[in-house]
Amino acid sequence: MSNPTLERGETPGPGSRLPWHRNEDYRRMFSLLMVGLVVALMTGPSGNRDHPTDGFTGSWFHPRVLLFLGAAAAIGVLMTLYDRSKGAGRRNPLQPVIAPITAVRDRMTSQPLLRYSVYAAILVFAVLYPMTLTPFWQRVLVDQIGVYVLLALGLNIVVGLAGLLDLGYIAFFAIGAYTTAYFTGKLPVAPPFTLNPFEVVPIAILATLVAGVLLGGPTLRLRGDYLAIVTLGFGEIVRILAVNGDAFFGTNVTNGPRGAVGIPHPSIHAFGINYDWTLKSLPYYYLLLVLVVGLLIAFNRLENSRVGRAWTAIREDEVAAAASGVPTVKYKLMAFAIGASTSGFAGVLYASKVGFISPDNFLLLFSLLVVTMVIFGGMGSLPGVVLGAAVLQWMPQVLRGKVPPEDRYIYFGALLILMMIFRPQGLLPSRRRSRELKLSEEGLGGADSLGATPGTTS
Amino acid sequence: MAMLELQDVHVKYGAVEALKGVTLEVNEGEIVTLLGANGAGKTTTLRTISGLLRPSAGRILFEGRPIDQMPAHEVLGIGVGHVPEGRRVFPRMSVQENLEMGAYQRKGGNKEVMQRVFELFPVLSERKSQEGGTLSGGEQQMLAIGRALMSRPRLILLDEPSMGLAPLIVAKIFEIIAEINDDGTTVLLVEQNAAQALKLAGRGYVLETGSIVMSDDAATLLSDDRVRAAYLGEDIGAA
Ligand SMILES: Nc1ncnc2c1ncn2[C@@H]1O[C@H](COP(=O)(O)OP(=O)(O)OP(=O)(O)O)[C@@H](O)[C@H]1O
Ligand SMILES: [Mg+2]
Repeated sequence: MSNPTLERGETPGPGSRLPWHRNEDYRRMFSLLMVGLVVALMTGPSGNRDHPTDGFTGSWFHPRVLLFLGAAAAIGVLMTLYDRSKGAGRRNPLQPVIAPITAVRDRMTSQPLLRYSVYAAILVFAVLYPMTLTPFWQRVLVDQIGVYVLLALGLNIVVGLAGLLDLGYIAFFAIGAYTTAYFTGKLPVAPPFTLNPFEVVPIAILATLVAGVLLGGPTLRLRGDYLAIVTLGFGEIVRILAVNGDAFFGTNVTNGPRGAVGIPHPSIHAFGINYDWTLKSLPYYYLLLVLVVGLLIAFNRLENSRVGRAWTAIREDEVAAAASGVPTVKYKLMAFAIGASTSGFAGVLYASKVGFISPDNFLLLFSLLVVTMVIFGGMGSLPGVVLGAAVLQWMPQVLRGKVPPEDRYIYFGALLILMMIFRPQGLLPSRRRSRELKLSEEGLGGADSLGATPGTTS
Repeated sequence: MAMLELQDVHVKYGAVEALKGVTLEVNEGEIVTLLGANGAGKTTTLRTISGLLRPSAGRILFEGRPIDQMPAHEVLGIGVGHVPEGRRVFPRMSVQENLEMGAYQRKGGNKEVMQRVFELFPVLSERKSQEGGTLSGGEQQMLAIGRALMSRPRLILLDEPSMGLAPLIVAKIFEIIAEINDDGTTVLLVEQNAAQALKLAGRGYVLETGSIVMSDDAATLLSDDRVRAAYLGEDIGAA
């Protein structure tokens, strides 16, 4: 049980005789208490400009402080107890939850029957469950979750598979949405012909595809961090163009910060089908469900094809990939274009569902949010990113009304931090990615600029 | 006609000219070595041949075909394999997957080639499912060479295969290079390890700050005073 020498990443067992301040258990408890204290203060009643410390003085004696400190202490004790029950192994309090899921996943790969039953069960659930929801949650399911699931699926190709960090991803969403506004005649400049939002889809996909290649072309020679900065800039340029486009060489193109209103809902009048989507959310949900399932199938096939292998090679070592005969430029552009057009497609749906868009829908924050979803769910894993997007969009809505609005992001942040500590590979990581992370923890090659850096877990 | 011909090739990194008119040729079946100090431009030369860099002037012909404007994957497709500097294996792919990546462009089966690679490098066949990144340095170098062979190149460019390896492993790798050459693959070998490279090769070139300053039979170079002083670390004055 006792370790005379403490190796990197190893937790000292209960029997080890280290000075108390170097003992992992005490250290962890101390950090947890500090975090508890900070969160308690920050979620407390705030001070005002003349008396900035009022919030703090009020908070010190508030029962909430005790509540948070108590919760922190309880988590610490639980984690310590958990460690002891397992001896000095890896501590991960989520293990009991994860283990059965992993077991099912492993069996799913070998047993097609089980695999298809699980898929069918999920699909039945996805079809039936939303009918039982209140209109509020049905709207959340479409406007918040569904649209972001599409975005996350698209970005997963770029970040998760090809390993290109794109921080301006929301720009393509914006281009899709503004294209819809334009062709439905809701921008100040009149289009040559007006279309139904569905008919805009191919145009929007084409527009974002071109935008993706235009951004990709000159920037793909950049790597990692540099690419991230350039794409971030691109995202901001698109948003600022939308903001200032009300005086574009003297003409009002985008209607500036006011955005576009009254974008019509989509409708189908073809092949003997006549259907109009209205304000109701559920019909949009089923439309999105069909699209998401379609994309899942398509992206899964892509991932396991030659293209997917090329992306893996590029992500792992671009020079080696080029030397192995992978046309790297072509495949990187392809990843960009597929990601961009998925995002543009989501933009069309969003614009026609909500009916109103403005530059505020396309802030940098949302690009970062989509990246977060992909990492949170498990980079490169289709079920992972779907779940990641769903959980991260659902959470702020659950907190709505339960905590003060300005505190919501603190809980959001806390969730992300916990996740990075206990499960850096994401909710449902892809197998290869988990291996990559494990290797980088052992100090063998960083999991590239997108993976976690070594030493984040113990 | 030479298999590979470089005619007055210039390469620039931004404003800096790394190659200032390199002319060299490699005949079919030969082992040719390219020697030079650090920063002389050896890696640049190989990367330019394999299409990873574009020359700013000059021509490169492979079997009479100009390849200086071809993208890397096409150059590989017509028979030029490249083992880049620094054993770049795919760290998270298994040995087997690494080798399969090497045959990325080839249609149809690659069983035979892989069989041959495993014959040349028995260690690799013992470690088929081990991840590239967890192999030892020597094993990684073997994997990188094996991966390049998977595309069945007629000319293979090797960039310092002995770098950072123990003398015993270096000797082993050089033996295997000779074997690959016996199989009918022409070799252009970049080396710091001049003594061993010159013993293996038929001819050699010496590159100095972007220009070829010497070219001759390997034996002649091996006995040349300037080469001995500069690249074999021998103190000519005391000899
Ligand atoms: N990407 C680059 N950008 C700018 N300069 C570069 C780049 N790559 C190489 N150089 C420069 O070009 C020159 C030749 O470099 P090269 O890598 O070809 O040398 P080398 O002969 O392979 O050296 P070594 O034996 O150390 O590998 C050097 O001066 C180097 O600094
Ligand atoms: Mg070099």
